[in-house]
Amino acid sequence: MPDKRIGLSEAVSSIESGMTIGIGGWGSRRKPMAAVRELLRSDVTDLTVVAFGGPDVGLLVAAGKVRRLIYGFVSLDSIALDPLFTAARERGELEINEYDEGMFVTGLRAAAARLSFLPTLAGIGSDVMAANPHLKTVGSPYSDDEYVAVPATPLDVALIHVNRSDSGGNAQFLGPDPYFDDLFAMAAERTFVTTEKIVETQDLLDEGSFHTLMLSRMYVTGVIETPRGAHFTTCEPDYGRDEAFQKHYAASAKDPDSWRAFVAEFLGGDEAGYHEAVARFHAVQEKK
Amino acid sequence: MSADPTIAEICIAACSDTYRESGEILAHAVGTIPTIGARLAKLTHAPDLVLSDGEAFMMSEAPPLGKTAAGGGIIEGWAPFRRIFDIVASGRRQSMMGASQIDRYGNQNISLIGDWNKPKRQLIGVRGAPGNTANHRVDYWVSRHSARLFVEAVDMVSGVGNDRARAAGTSMRFHHLGVIVTNLAVLGYDDGGRVTVLSVHPGVDPQEVITNTGFALDVEGAPLTRFPTDEELHLIREVLDPRGAGPGKSRTRPAPERISPAGGLSGSARGNGGRRSQRSAGRPGGTSAPWTRRRHE
Repeated sequence: MPDKRIGLSEAVSSIESGMTIGIGGWGSRRKPMAAVRELLRSDVTDLTVVAFGGPDVGLLVAAGKVRRLIYGFVSLDSIALDPLFTAARERGELEINEYDEGMFVTGLRAAAARLSFLPTLAGIGSDVMAANPHLKTVGSPYSDDEYVAVPATPLDVALIHVNRSDSGGNAQFLGPDPYFDDLFAMAAERTFVTTEKIVETQDLLDEGSFHTLMLSRMYVTGVIETPRGAHFTTCEPDYGRDEAFQKHYAASAKDPDSWRAFVAEFLGGDEAGYHEAVARFHAVQEKK
Repeated sequence: MSADPTIAEICIAACSDTYRESGEILAHAVGTIPTIGARLAKLTHAPDLVLSDGEAFMMSEAPPLGKTAAGGGIIEGWAPFRRIFDIVASGRRQSMMGASQIDRYGNQNISLIGDWNKPKRQLIGVRGAPGNTANHRVDYWVSRHSARLFVEAVDMVSGVGNDRARAAGTSMRFHHLGVIVTNLAVLGYDDGGRVTVLSVHPGVDPQEVITNTGFALDVEGAPLTRFPTDEELHLIREVLDPRGAGPGKSRTRPAPERISPAGGLSGSARGNGGRRSQRSAGRPGGTSAPWTRRRHE
């Protein structure tokens, strides 16, 4: 089995400006935040980001990394809206493809199956059609039905975060929901898996049944061990969402000055520096 | 004899009534009142209903309000998001979603306010509303009935209304808008697909329904919304939401400003006790909305 372990910066430095990047997870749940933070440190720009969006989208948009966004929603879950995303949207500075959630999945499924589109009922009659003038409908060859022909959403790179992986990229989720991480990987040219822990292949079933083996190494380009790499989003059962920190993120994001301070405090250094700053944040919180 | 029902409890019973002919389907309910309504239906007239915990599990016995399966209950099935979309497409589901705007044909908007290219307010996005309305029955819950919500034309059609569904032809044969339960009334649709008044809640001046709706409504002769039965009140207060129970001593309607904003942030693929919807309404701990049943009084 190939050893695909690489460094976070090595993986992310292979991402080029203008690429289409799929980001796994859902809202503020099991997002590959360590990889997102590494992207923030890079000089990459003009990305097309494809995601069930959470703070990954907010951070990348605020840092000016995103030209175009394809999404089903952007939410922090316990906080309904991401202020960085809504502010950018309200300034009118993003190219947007806002899809119905099911349509979004349909586009990924089409890409994973190497089709140019897949049909769905979702979207018919809604303003998603008018807001996305590139969308076409297709008549059924077997009935009078007209379907939305959701174009495939092929990805140059997919970034996902999992609970465990072996060094070859056999990736495991231990929480309640795999989300669509395997689909992102299958729709992508290359996939980087960040993981809480790299384990020996023979140990993969120590913590979960074979049903939790979500993604085969066939779809994985590189594996990076990033403990707490989903912070501040959930990574059940390893850890839940850091709600206090997320609140601080969302509050800071509402004001340019406090956002600059947030960036300086938490996002100015490397990944280790980030986690140290978060630890300091919690130490101060506890004293309060 | 139970204390008189509150408006919230009347709304819960009206939400429960949406499942009277549903059978064995997944109930998707966004927000506290619809969630209690779905659970009430299961405990009374709709025992075959399938409930979810708002996370990834189907629950034969639901966890406490606002909690996921980790908080208790009995898991009967697994429904991660990928399966939810498959269930939607199969039609074995019924939704009660929120709305930021609804027009006279039941077109619903949860996406944004203002212009698409440069919205005045970006909300959460269309989420699953287009797909839900294309595939199975959808009802709406409006916690604050107002002329800002019931408008002539919505800014972004997320959930498809009756006029557009009819224009779309055979593809929309599964389209089915049920009712709109608000804090003032229960609304339905006439043969032409236009919003109509089915009943006005007890204690509500019918004129208030007209004033707070941005398009013409006929309230003439509208009956009163039914009261919850004693059994339903018992279940709501003692079983489903004991932490919020106790008050509800009067039918006094809460002052409008105490009502949480309409569920413009709702409509996720999953629901029915979803943590997101409850917390996003600013109610940590997942108990009822503060106005649901006031604790003292």
